[in-house]
Amino acid sequence: MTIAQFVVLGAALFSLGLYGAITRRNAVLVLAGVELMLAAVNLNLVAFDAYLADQLVAGQVFTLFIIAVAAAEVGIGIAIVLMIFRNRHSAAVDELDLMRY
Amino acid sequence: MGILAAILPSVTLLLAAGGEEGGGVHVSDGGALAQWAWLIVVVPLVVPFLIVFFGKRLPFGGWELAVGTLAFIGLYGTALLLQNAANPIATEFTVEVARIGSYAIEWGWVVDGLSIMMYFLVGVVGFLVFVYAKGYMEGDIRFTWFFASFTLFAGGMLVLVSSPNLIQLIVGWELVGLASYLLIGHYWEDHANVDAANKAFMTNKVADAGLFIGAIIMALSVGSFSFHDALAVVAEGDAGSRLAVFGFWAGLALFVGAMGKSAQFPLHVWLPDAMAGPTPVSALMHAATMVTAGVYLLGRLFPFYLDHAGIFAGGVRPIIMVIGGITLFFMGLLAFVQNDIKKVLAYSTVSQLGYMVAAMGAGAYTAGLFHLFTHAFFKALLFLGAGSVIHAVHSNDMSDMGGLRTYMPKTFWTFVVGTLALIGLFPFAGFWSKDEIIASLYAAGQDGSGAAWFVFALAVGGSFVTAFYMGRAVFLTFFGEYKGHAHPHESPTTMTAPLVGLAVMAAVGGFLNAPGIATPFTEWLAARRFPMGDHHAEAVNWGLAGLVTLVLLVAVFLAYRIFAPDAETQADRDRFEIPVLYPILRRLYYLDDLYLDGVVRPIMGPVARLVLWVDMVVVDGIVNGAGVLARALSRAVRGVDARVVDGFYDGLAATTGGGGSVLRLFFTGKVQQYAALGFAGVVVLAVVFVVF
Repeated sequence: MTIAQFVVLGAALFSLGLYGAITRRNAVLVLAGVELMLAAVNLNLVAFDAYLADQLVAGQVFTLFIIAVAAAEVGIGIAIVLMIFRNRHSAAVDELDLMRY
Repeated sequence: MGILAAILPSVTLLLAAGGEEGGGVHVSDGGALAQWAWLIVVVPLVVPFLIVFFGKRLPFGGWELAVGTLAFIGLYGTALLLQNAANPIATEFTVEVARIGSYAIEWGWVVDGLSIMMYFLVGVVGFLVFVYAKGYMEGDIRFTWFFASFTLFAGGMLVLVSSPNLIQLIVGWELVGLASYLLIGHYWEDHANVDAANKAFMTNKVADAGLFIGAIIMALSVGSFSFHDALAVVAEGDAGSRLAVFGFWAGLALFVGAMGKSAQFPLHVWLPDAMAGPTPVSALMHAATMVTAGVYLLGRLFPFYLDHAGIFAGGVRPIIMVIGGITLFFMGLLAFVQNDIKKVLAYSTVSQLGYMVAAMGAGAYTAGLFHLFTHAFFKALLFLGAGSVIHAVHSNDMSDMGGLRTYMPKTFWTFVVGTLALIGLFPFAGFWSKDEIIASLYAAGQDGSGAAWFVFALAVGGSFVTAFYMGRAVFLTFFGEYKGHAHPHESPTTMTAPLVGLAVMAAVGGFLNAPGIATPFTEWLAARRFPMGDHHAEAVNWGLAGLVTLVLLVAVFLAYRIFAPDAETQADRDRFEIPVLYPILRRLYYLDDLYLDGVVRPIMGPVARLVLWVDMVVVDGIVNGAGVLARALSRAVRGVDARVVDGFYDGLAATTGGGGSVLRLFFTGKVQQYAALGFAGVVVLAVVFVVF
């Protein structure tokens, strides 16, 4: 197992996530895309941590932080999406241009 | 009191060295009372401003401030007088107020017999006049302003008489002139009153030119404007000193200044017209302030005018005496033909000032100033009495009066006392002071002065004149039938009480200097820092006094016969006139015509034309030119404003707006676009970092 395999997998995951986040109309799927991107980052961190054999395992610690933050973010994100859905009967992101100008 | 702490340490005490200069008279420095005497000068200069700013809000419209000030001056003056009587004071204080090169301008206050007498006179007579004025001016639309000017009038006089140098004297001199201008023109709705105020001001300005020239000659000769320095030079008596050489001209020029304020022939013309002011003004002006200024100046510089074997200003004295003599007799004659009661009194004042000036000219220092002192009381009394009458009958004209003795007894009796004092009947005040003057002139004549005999004859004749016109005034006003149409009544107590106070002084004031009985006044006035010589008559010359008394009794009798109350031909009496003499007197010796046609109009016409030309061509040209220039300039400024300044800001706004509308394209509100842009940015950064 070389580091290259992990990095390629991470890049693929990140690209999928980015594509999903930018192209999906449904806000829930956008959030899912964001989660994929975070997972790709986490994968990279763990891989490089192992590869460099860091004494402080900073990569793994950071990954734990990111998982915690991602959970919180998803919680808030889903709540916002729910509120928007209740008010507008739609969760389509391309219709949300309230912040224009 | 902070200002006080600042002033007092810097006060230079100029006490005469040991008082030995006082000609053997022991003098003291007067202690704290003299040190604080600056208050009586400063307070009446500050109070007018208080009256102007706050007077209208006070219950008596500012009168209480004015009368309080005068009461303070009167009390302070009395305290100084009493201290001077107990222990003669002769001192002066100076404070440097400004410095021009090596020349220091000093403000100060003199405390000696002469100035104390003036403080007392201004304060006491002024206080009574101010009390009276409240009743007289009641209901006047400019009541508050009147008392502000009136207080300033007294204040100016105090600046004048407290002055230790000619500069401060001139300041006071002009303050008095200014205040008199305001007061004479008090009823300025009537143009005649404005003319009278202008006439007083202008005539005094003519005389002031003399005062300025005299002051300049004196300062150049002595090296300082200080009276003390000048009199010190005189006391040395050095015939080679510059003052000795130029003394005659300095003395003459200063006397011309005195002639203006003290209304001496031929500069007296303003005083009778000054009657246009309210009567209390006339009373104060003719008694304690203004007209006494000239006599005071002669008194202040008296040693300078003494005989010094032809040096200093001794040579001016005969001129002074003759001018005084002419004034006392011929100006008195003018009172014969006046029907305005105030004008009779005005010419009487001119005539009495002639007595004082003649006395100064004869070297009778004490006699002249004593007449000033007594005259202040009885002339103020007569004016206030006349004011009371005018108040009752609403007319100045004696043909609207008559028989008033039954309507207004208090006014009548006090007026009679004043009259008796003025004509000099024994033992009223005027008897003592006028007798001393006549005795002094007689003594001067015996010393071999021909001019003194001439003036002596005029002075005796003047007694006749005085008694005749005063008799005429009293008989026409208070005797016979009432001829007016008003309802005469006695004046209120605020007006009669001052009359009584002045009447007491007019009756017994003469005993302050009754030769052979008691002469405290002589000793008061002798408290000076330089000797006065011994020029007062030592004893009453009873022969002369008898002659004068006889003359005046004849005059009163004649006046009684002519203007007698029981004559049926009242119209004839009113028309009483002596051919030739009366027409001349009615035209006031043609002096006003001479001044108007001979001086004022020939100068005024060309001057007016010149001024008009200057106004039309020069002033208008400057104004129009300035206008054209301003228009051109403003046009240029407008161009710059429209193109440069506006252009800059318009451009700025357009740039900002344009930039904004471009940037706006990126802000669609679509979250995913933002995210894509953000990622594109990251990619760019990543490329940059990797490549470079």
